[in-house]
Amino acid sequence: MIDAPAIVTRDLAKRYGTIQALAGLTMTIPRGAVFGFLGPNGAGKTTAVKLLLGLASPSGGSGEILGQPIGERSSRRRVGYLPELFRYQSWLTAREVLALHCELAGIDRAAWQREIEDALAVVDLSDRGSTRVGGFSKGMQQRLGLGVALLGSPEVVLLDEPTSALDPVGRHDVREIIRTLRERGVTVFLNSHLLSEVEQVCDRVIIVDHGKVIADGTLDELLRTDTVRLRVDGLPRDATARLAAFGKIVEEGEWLVLRGIDAARVPDLVAEIVRLGGRVYAVEPRHESLEDRFLRLLEGA
Amino acid sequence: MLILTIARLTVLEMLRRKLFLVLLGLTLLVVAFTSWGFGQITTIGTRPMTRVEQVAVVSQLLILVGFMFSFTLAFSAVFAGAPSLSGDVESGTALAILARPISRAEFVLGKWLGVVITILVYALPTTALQLFMVDRVVQYVPPHPLEFVAFIALEGTVALTLALALSTRLAGMVGGVVALILWGVGWIGGIVGGVGLALDNATAMHVGTATRLLLPTDGMWRGAVWALEPATIIGAARQAGAATAGNPFFAADPPDPAYLAWTIGWIAVGLGVAIWSFTHREV
Repeated sequence: MIDAPAIVTRDLAKRYGTIQALAGLTMTIPRGAVFGFLGPNGAGKTTAVKLLLGLASPSGGSGEILGQPIGERSSRRRVGYLPELFRYQSWLTAREVLALHCELAGIDRAAWQREIEDALAVVDLSDRGSTRVGGFSKGMQQRLGLGVALLGSPEVVLLDEPTSALDPVGRHDVREIIRTLRERGVTVFLNSHLLSEVEQVCDRVIIVDHGKVIADGTLDELLRTDTVRLRVDGLPRDATARLAAFGKIVEEGEWLVLRGIDAARVPDLVAEIVRLGGRVYAVEPRHESLEDRFLRLLEGA
Repeated sequence: MLILTIARLTVLEMLRRKLFLVLLGLTLLVVAFTSWGFGQITTIGTRPMTRVEQVAVVSQLLILVGFMFSFTLAFSAVFAGAPSLSGDVESGTALAILARPISRAEFVLGKWLGVVITILVYALPTTALQLFMVDRVVQYVPPHPLEFVAFIALEGTVALTLALALSTRLAGMVGGVVALILWGVGWIGGIVGGVGLALDNATAMHVGTATRLLLPTDGMWRGAVWALEPATIIGAARQAGAATAGNPFFAADPPDPAYLAWTIGWIAVGLGVAIWSFTHREV
C-alpha cells in the first residue's frame, strides 16, 4: 500500500434523517499535497472528515486512507487529526494530553519524551507543558490540538478549521507549520472557510456546497479566467469591431479588457493590435481572487 | 492494551476531579461518627446490656450503616458512569481519542473498568475500616465481612453498567436520573416481593422476582444484608416465619449461585449492549 494515494473517496455520502449532509464525494488526494476543503458553514466539510476517520458511518459510497478502508482501525494508524469543536481533558496537563495520545497512537514509549517536547516546541507551548489544560485559552487549546495531531510523524494530517481560535500571529505560525509538513512530504487535508488561509498554503482545492462538490482543481486552474487586460494606444476607431473576433471587448480608460479569450490566442491578439497600428504597453491575464471565485461558484450552485 | 489506557485515564479523572477524595473524606467522617455511636449504644440503657442484646442491636445498626455504603456506592457509580461516554461526546473529548486506532469496545470497556477499579479502591478500605472500628469499639465482627464487600461492590457494578449503557445514548443528567429511578424501582420491587412472600400473594411475589431479574441491584443488597446478619437473628427470624421477608433490611439466606451467575451474566450483557450501542453511535 506504499503507493496508495493519501485519501480516496468514491461517492461518499451521509444522510442525517432528511438532511443530505454529504452527497457523493469523489476525490483522490495524492501524497504530499496540501489540500484545501472549502465550503460555507453546513456544506458538509466536517461530516466528510468524520467519515474519513470513522467517527461517523457513511450512508453510501466508500473510501480509503493510505490504502486502508475508512472506518477500520488500521486506517487511523498514520493519521493526525485536529477536530473543529473539541476539548481536551481539563484535568490533564499539556504534557499528559500529549503522552496519552502517544500511547493511543501506538508510539514507542522510548520516543515519547522527544515527541512531546518537539510537539510543544512546534506549537510554541514549551513553557506551558506542565499547566493543566483547564487553564488554557481557546487559542492555546487549538495550538495543543495541533501538537497532538503532529505526534508520531503522521503521513496524513486532517485539520478541521485549525485557526478558528487563533490570533494573526497564531494563524501565521499554523501556515508555517503546514508548509513545513508539505516539505516533509506529509499530506495535509485542510478543512476551512478562511479563503485567504487556503489560498496561501494549498496546492489543490475542492469546494463543496450543500454536500456536493461544485469545483475541484489546483488553485491556478480554479482562479485562471478567460479574461486579459491590455494597455494600448494608437488603435484606429474601428479596431474594436475587428478585435471582437477574439472575445467580448470592454474599454476601461486606457485599458482594453477582453473576456472569453483562450489563453493560447493572446499572442495572436497582440499581433493583430500591432498590425492595426496599435502600441501595446502591457498585457495582463486577469486572475480572480479565491473569494470572488468562491462566491461566484456558490451563486451558481 | 488500550482498555487499560482508558481505565487509567478514568481513574485519574476521578482523582483529579476530587470525586474520589470527597467521597473518601465524607466516608471517613461517617466511620468516625458511627464508631463513636457504637461505643455509646452499650451505655445508653438503664441497665447494662447482655452480650446477646449487644449483638442484636449492633448487628442491626451495622446493617443500616451497610445500607449507607450500598447506596453511596450505587449512587457514585451512577454519577460516575452516566456522563462518562455522553460527556466525552458532548465536550468533543471523544473526537480526538476515537480518531486514534482504538476500537469503540476498548473505549467503553476502559471506562467501565476505570469506574469499577475506583469502586473497589473506595469500597475495600472504607468498609474494612468500618468493620475494624466496630470490632475495636464493641468487639463485634459480622459473620461474612468479605461477602458483604463483594455484594455491595457487585451492586455498584450493576448500577455502573446500567448507567454506562444509558450514557451511550442519553445525556449525563438524563441517564443518571433514569438509572437512579430504576435503582429505586429495583429496591421497591424487592420490598414488594418480600411483602408478597410474607402475605403469600403470588402477584406481589412475581413483581419482586421480575424486578430482581431485570435489575439485580436489590438482590445484591439482600446478599450484603445476609452477610451482616448474625446467626442468632436469622434463627429467631426463621421461627417467626415468612413475616420477616417484608423487611428490606433483613435476609435469612444468601443469593443462590444461579442468581449470582444471572447477575454476572447481566453485567456482561449490559456491557455488550453498551459496546454495541456506542459502536453504532456517531460522535
